[in-house]
Amino acid sequence: MRKALYVIITFMAISYISGCKDNTETIVQKNLNEVSGQPAYGDALIVGSIGEPSILIPMLAGDSASHDVAGLIFNGLVKYDTDLSVIGDLAESWDISSDGLVITFHLKKGVKWADGVEFTAEDVMFGYQTIINEKTPTAYSEDYKQVKKAEVLDSYTFRVTYEKPFAPALTSWGSLVILPKHLLEGKDITKTDFGRNPAGLGPYKLNKWTSGQELILHSNKTYFEGRPYIDSYVYRFIPDPATMFLELQAGGVDMMGLTPIQYTKQTDTDFFRNNFQKYRYPVFSYTYLGFNLKHPWFKDKRVRQAIAHAIDKSEIVDVVLFGLGSPATGPYVPNTWPYNPNVKKYEYDLERSRELLKEAGWEDTDGNGIVDKDGNQFEFTIRTNMGNRLRMNTATIIQWKLEKIGIKVKIEAIEWSAFINEFIDKRRFQAVLLGWSIGIDPDQYNIWHSTKTKEKEFNFVSYNNPEIDDLLEKGRRTFDINERKKVYYRIHEILAEELPYIFLYVPDATQIVHSRFKGIKPSPIGIGYNLPKWYVPKKLQKHSLEQ
Amino acid sequence: MTGYLIKRLFEIIPTLFGITLLSFFIIHLAPGKPTDVLTEMNPKITPEARERLEKLYGLDKPVIQQYGIWLKRIVKLDFGESFSTDRRPVIEKIWDTKQPLLERRLFITFSINILSMVVIFLIAIPIGISSAVRQYSLYDKITTTIVFLGFAMPSFWLALLLMMLFGIHLDWLPISGLKSMNYESLSILGKIFDRAEHLILPVFISAFGGLAGLSRFMRSSMLEVVRQDYVTTARAKGLPENKVIYRHAFRNALLPIITLLGLSVPGLIGGSVIFENIFGIPGMGQLFFMSVMIRDYPLVMGILTIGAILTLLGNLMADIGYMIADPRIRTK
Repeated sequence: MRKALYVIITFMAISYISGCKDNTETIVQKNLNEVSGQPAYGDALIVGSIGEPSILIPMLAGDSASHDVAGLIFNGLVKYDTDLSVIGDLAESWDISSDGLVITFHLKKGVKWADGVEFTAEDVMFGYQTIINEKTPTAYSEDYKQVKKAEVLDSYTFRVTYEKPFAPALTSWGSLVILPKHLLEGKDITKTDFGRNPAGLGPYKLNKWTSGQELILHSNKTYFEGRPYIDSYVYRFIPDPATMFLELQAGGVDMMGLTPIQYTKQTDTDFFRNNFQKYRYPVFSYTYLGFNLKHPWFKDKRVRQAIAHAIDKSEIVDVVLFGLGSPATGPYVPNTWPYNPNVKKYEYDLERSRELLKEAGWEDTDGNGIVDKDGNQFEFTIRTNMGNRLRMNTATIIQWKLEKIGIKVKIEAIEWSAFINEFIDKRRFQAVLLGWSIGIDPDQYNIWHSTKTKEKEFNFVSYNNPEIDDLLEKGRRTFDINERKKVYYRIHEILAEELPYIFLYVPDATQIVHSRFKGIKPSPIGIGYNLPKWYVPKKLQKHSLEQ
Repeated sequence: MTGYLIKRLFEIIPTLFGITLLSFFIIHLAPGKPTDVLTEMNPKITPEARERLEKLYGLDKPVIQQYGIWLKRIVKLDFGESFSTDRRPVIEKIWDTKQPLLERRLFITFSINILSMVVIFLIAIPIGISSAVRQYSLYDKITTTIVFLGFAMPSFWLALLLMMLFGIHLDWLPISGLKSMNYESLSILGKIFDRAEHLILPVFISAFGGLAGLSRFMRSSMLEVVRQDYVTTARAKGLPENKVIYRHAFRNALLPIITLLGLSVPGLIGGSVIFENIFGIPGMGQLFFMSVMIRDYPLVMGILTIGAILTLLGNLMADIGYMIADPRIRTK
């Protein structure tokens, strides 16, 4: 009998859920977005995360969850401002010698580690020595190996000398390299429990980490830029995204990333409008269709351009991303300084596309609807990684569009590791649909330079252009932002003309935050940059902190 | 009997060895490496840095040699260190002695499984018996439909529906996790109540799918027994039907169920992976899922080995239980 009861409940559940939506929407609620108040200390921000951090030492971490949390505990010498320029963080100022080889950092005075010991140039030196140590299992040592000499001039002055000028070097002195020397000196960094119990100097400090459940940070009351308003930051691990979305509605999570469908449809109700605030900003990444430039068909620029004319990028953005993104014209994010707005754009034009194919010798001579040349039918495979629905949908749209110009496309999705090891590394592909996460610095040497074509290296499409090689060199050797801008404008222009990739779109990050949190200022680098300045007005505070 | 038991115990060792050997090779054959999280698609990494990392993890040696190293440590009950970036000992991740018992992953998974097993037995056995007694009745048909519904319904989907109903619309139960945010400030009674509340949905979900197998088994075993001569004899003696069913038939029908108990261990461990991920429960199943995703070989092997030991022990216990219950086996 009990069994029967359960089933009745289940069926009730289904009918209840479908019938209930309207009820929640008609409940008249005060719109929290219109309630304002003075900044006040207190409350907790609960952030939902699919993954759990693995280690809280930035230089050893690989996953984004670890970096998210470690970024609140540690600071760097410099950081990006909201307009993507570089500003001081722990460094008060810095000088770059006129030849670009020497950078001298002048550190802020009086900054304290969590245990009260003062932060000095020795800590920077210690972090630098740790990251270049052969025994440190870090993936980020590359930028630091360019350093010829590092010196501590006095407690508040740190100087690095480079072999060659290296523009991305300045921003490499971010939060990856600062470690407390007095706590870690003489210890094996992989064997201490510092990674699970770190002492930093950032806006928050670790209070409690319960494996598999949550990680609680408390505000650093002596933070050198002022005590953060929000008393605790809770990083909650919920591996299932659907569960997390339910927790958001139930109040168990205050902030999370949304999928496009959640952003545009599922949160489009009065409940969400009254209680939550949504944010979107471009992610520093792009999705592209890359060609194997060693393949005889794709060697011909006209073929690549013909394909570009047949793909309607804004349609892909509208359909695949529900409009949450922007069409890409090159390897940079729109509205950032390296992005050249005046490059060749390939408007959707099937006629032009067919002309270009014809010029390249591809014509439908046997009347089967597929263009051919020297007896070869134009049929190729787009490979992508399995499990990425956005990429699959994009590939399907491309398949449908290319059919219109007489190119037959097959799509193959392969499990990620096999895809990389068996197909990318061995160059067994005609075209791939993939994405790059790019840094804020526009240096993409490893992706485009003609020397980076060995196995496991990233110019796997085998792009080779001497002018690009020179520009890439020049771009990373120049510090002056206006000079660099010229270089990257030109790179953008060439890549848009030559199309080693067809740049498809730059997706937007979509975040939702409970409306009681005020002081959030969206910017090109997202919303998290000013977290210490977020606050909840006293009357809206929800959690009190048990000390 | 003791001789038989000792023999069975010794048989476990080669089986376990075989299981670990196969598992080790299968996970190493799967594409991907634990260093991928650091190196894959990271435009800043050079091939030399990649090699250096692989060497640090010992991945440059042949697989057979890696297995040898692993085996040498495991016989000393040393599960090694995790390959994830925190490099903690595997055993500490599964059974962290610094944490209270209630927070240890193996304990969490184990206790939820025991709970759901108890629930399955409490519900499935009465269902099996009563539908056997009333074979082909409306009741029999309804219960059969329901248990098969549970068997066929994807548990993650049902879980989400129940979370929506009880967690949001009715607001009776918490949606995920093992305890509330304010757990530390609760009284002892409040803490127990809080934990119980969090367990209702996960235990229900993991039990619901297991009902079908056991109740159908119970039903057919019961049907077989009630046709036996001694049941007819009991009826002919004029015993009340209740006594016939529960004293004579039921006990004998229970025998095959004991075997099922031991054999259900692997299924339960597998099920933990699913429901622990949906409900965000920090158990061994969730740990296993994460370790497979990042190819954390030592951790995967550690959990598989513990799972294998539990399964083999389950089988052994089923044998012992069978022996205790059935004198015919004992005298063999």
